[in-house]
Amino acid sequence: MKWETVIGLETHAQLSTRSKMFSGAATAFGAAPNTQACGVDIALPGVLPVANREAVAKAVRFGLAVNGNSPANINRRSIFARKNYFYPDLPKGYQISQYESPIVQGGSVPIVVDGREKTVRLTRAHLEEDAGKSLHEGFHDLTGIDLNRAGTPLLEIVSEPDMRSAQEAVAYAKALHALVRWIDICDGNMQEGSFRCDANVSVRLAGSDKLGTRCEIKNLNSFRFLERAIEFEAQRQIGILEDGGRIEQETRLYDAERDETRSMRTKEDAHDYRYFPDPDLLPLEVSEKWINEIKTSMPELPQTKRSAYLARGLSPSQAALVTASREVADFTDRTAQASGSVTRLSDLANWIVGPLSARLNEENLEITGSRVSPEQLAALDRRIADGTLSSKMAREVFDAMWAGEGDVDSIIAKRGLKQISDSGELERFCDEVIAANAQQVADYKGGKDKAFNSLVGQVMKLTKGKANPQQVTAILKRRLGG
Amino acid sequence: MHNATIKSLAAGLASRAYSSVELTQNFINRINGLDQKYHAFITLNPEASLKQAKAADALRSAGKGQPLTGIPIAQKDIFCARGWLTTCGSKMLSNFTAPYDAHVVERLNKAGAVILGKTNMDEFAMGSSSETSYFGPVRNPWDVDKVPGGSSGGSAAAVAARLAPGAIGTDTGGSIRQPAALSGICGLKPTYGVVSRYGMIAFASSLDQGGPLARSAEDLALLLNVMAGFDPRDSTSLEREREDYTRELGKPVKGLKIGLPEEFFAKGASPDVVKAVEAAVGEFRKLGCETVEVSLPNMKLSVPVYYVLAPAEASSNLARFDGVRYGYRAPEYTDLLDLYKKSRAQGFGQEVKRRILIGTYVLSHGYYDAYYIQAQRVRRLIARDFAEVFKRCDVIMGPTSPTTAFRIGEKMGDPVQMYLNDIYTIPANLAGLPGLSIPCGFDGKDLPVGLQMIGNYFGEARMLGIAHQFQKATDWHTRTPPGVE
Repeated sequence: MKWETVIGLETHAQLSTRSKMFSGAATAFGAAPNTQACGVDIALPGVLPVANREAVAKAVRFGLAVNGNSPANINRRSIFARKNYFYPDLPKGYQISQYESPIVQGGSVPIVVDGREKTVRLTRAHLEEDAGKSLHEGFHDLTGIDLNRAGTPLLEIVSEPDMRSAQEAVAYAKALHALVRWIDICDGNMQEGSFRCDANVSVRLAGSDKLGTRCEIKNLNSFRFLERAIEFEAQRQIGILEDGGRIEQETRLYDAERDETRSMRTKEDAHDYRYFPDPDLLPLEVSEKWINEIKTSMPELPQTKRSAYLARGLSPSQAALVTASREVADFTDRTAQASGSVTRLSDLANWIVGPLSARLNEENLEITGSRVSPEQLAALDRRIADGTLSSKMAREVFDAMWAGEGDVDSIIAKRGLKQISDSGELERFCDEVIAANAQQVADYKGGKDKAFNSLVGQVMKLTKGKANPQQVTAILKRRLGG
Repeated sequence: MHNATIKSLAAGLASRAYSSVELTQNFINRINGLDQKYHAFITLNPEASLKQAKAADALRSAGKGQPLTGIPIAQKDIFCARGWLTTCGSKMLSNFTAPYDAHVVERLNKAGAVILGKTNMDEFAMGSSSETSYFGPVRNPWDVDKVPGGSSGGSAAAVAARLAPGAIGTDTGGSIRQPAALSGICGLKPTYGVVSRYGMIAFASSLDQGGPLARSAEDLALLLNVMAGFDPRDSTSLEREREDYTRELGKPVKGLKIGLPEEFFAKGASPDVVKAVEAAVGEFRKLGCETVEVSLPNMKLSVPVYYVLAPAEASSNLARFDGVRYGYRAPEYTDLLDLYKKSRAQGFGQEVKRRILIGTYVLSHGYYDAYYIQAQRVRRLIARDFAEVFKRCDVIMGPTSPTTAFRIGEKMGDPVQMYLNDIYTIPANLAGLPGLSIPCGFDGKDLPVGLQMIGNYFGEARMLGIAHQFQKATDWHTRTPPGVE
């Protein structure tokens, strides 16, 4: 029997507004407990919520971004509703959210997995406020309540159950993460909880079109945990079903330390949230004029950019990688522009997603902090294209540039890295090697191809790596009658 | 001094016949001497009041006096006033000192009015008799064995007993108009959205509206001039041009079309009440008004609709009173759930608990459509009935309450009988329309009867003018309760 995993994600993206969803208090992270909670946030008697226009604008940006800039998926009139439950970090005893009519309904996010493109459909995205935090550590026998986060604006983005593997779920989460940063609505800081995912996971026999009973996994605050949790959960469910058991619908918590999910609450003890329209807030109206204003302020979307790169010869994986963020795409564009070559975009992209990214990772830098500029990278590529540098030398020059030794040509001159492409000179080196390695020559002639590589290697060694390897190969073949 | 209207007190202050400090002290003395009889006030703070009075006198001396500058006003204890105990008539908030001013309080303070004290009320404004207060019942100045109406019963009794020249209250289903009627004074519930709800402790957000209580329509206009106004902190506050609510006081009522809904005069209203109201309508005819018979066919559903919607909203609005951040917390509890249960069980009174339970029930999964959604539909039908009626008349008139003041304790054991007391006032809240009550006579036991006027949206100025013309022609509003000279 072959099992198929079905995954849908609910993602909370904290909208990067200065003030809260329904109050004027600041949203900055890390302030002393309860210093960023005003009367509205602590729910004093008599206070009232007022919706944050900036948060609404950011939700509209998202709606446009997931619908190819068309506002067809934006509800011109959406309703704030109260979700009622008691918890100490929920000061009003209800959370203001959107229930029956969310601001965004529909849309999709394209993802690339193993070089293959796929589209994940979105059910909806709605505005809501975050709760505060309960602090269980550092208080003897007591729980501390920090309401700084209470009222922070969130966009909850709900996908359709369109993903079929943990890899796809991670690709979607990453694409969404890139998108919300790209359109500047969320800082994407997962450590601070600005972007967090819950996964709905179920399994079914491959070929079935009926969804299995799902479990919701909470507390997935990194892409790695998301992947591990889904993998664990799918195996758990398959194990139960193969033993003839039944899956119970429940909410499960991922425990990263033990790498497992465990039950938090079952359907039986699920809350009745008693949703109803919040009478303190009027229906949220979004005018055509406002939508158009927001539309004109939208950057070029990542998928548009990605298509353009594909058309310019990048592979799907390369195109996905250089559009991972607006900054990487900008860097790529600037490099391509500095290069001026239309045929070398793929080579340039390889430098960016390869050595450059590796260096950035090592030093924990953003691409905007790269020690090699787009102009330097384009100049380096020019010296590869014109045969001055072998790829090995180019790598050495790149490292030297990264270390701040200057521009490509000055590094080449200083280190004497010019590739030898003069055929007369190369022929002399080849002859020298043939004369000194009679055994290998005999081996090669006797049919041992490996011996040939050894001869090429000897020439490279003799020239301290400066020989053009293609030319060396050609000369040796000619000399040895290959 | 205490028998004077706000209008004449303002003139006295302007002419330096007396200072605000003298005026305020005079009312404080009256309260200290008489309020043990009525229990209209929960909190006095003479020091704070006199400080405001002194500042008001300075303003007047500097020529910066406005009509309300230096006038002491009683405030229902539902309005947050910075530094004042603000209890909402509940044990739950018996220790709560408000750290900020409600919009209405802010405006009154800015106009130089003096906070005379915080008045007693039904707990969280849930009641029609001011008996559900944690601080004990308010007594009707016309007969201290009777209720003054509610929930703004303390404000109404204070004005009726001449313990304050004017007061502010809130009206969710009649809580200004019904106590005004039962206490023989005037009360206005403005169009929903005219007065900001910011800082007014919420009972049912879509129905709550603050408004004035006073002894004349003219005084109501002066108070509303200060209370009304757009407030960006209340999303349901209406952004409109400022109005002078006194502007139509002098306008004659000749030719005015008064709609008389048959449902307001059907069985249920006591004969004494109907008689007084009909006599008042007769007075209007004498003043040149026409009357037309109209009908509000869905009005009979108002009370059931109200007792779905108001508790639904209340059950959620009152969730914040959980013993965690402020207010009453049970002295002993075992864990979080126990803290919630005990704090709320001990902090809320019976009527509040009843409504929280009703509200929780009607919002529950499986019942929501049958109760809440259905009630919203009927609410729209009721509003449509009014829209139809206002095509045929300028204002509607009828009784404010089906009976005059009833005995303390009489209806406490029968919530439905208590709820039916608001049968004539609830429809205006459901439709968001302005409603006014003015004294129009007495029953056989010398208890006051209120005439209710319901106008179209933003009809306050017109309604106040109509009431003022009536008060120029009659003297019901000048009558004083026995023993109050």
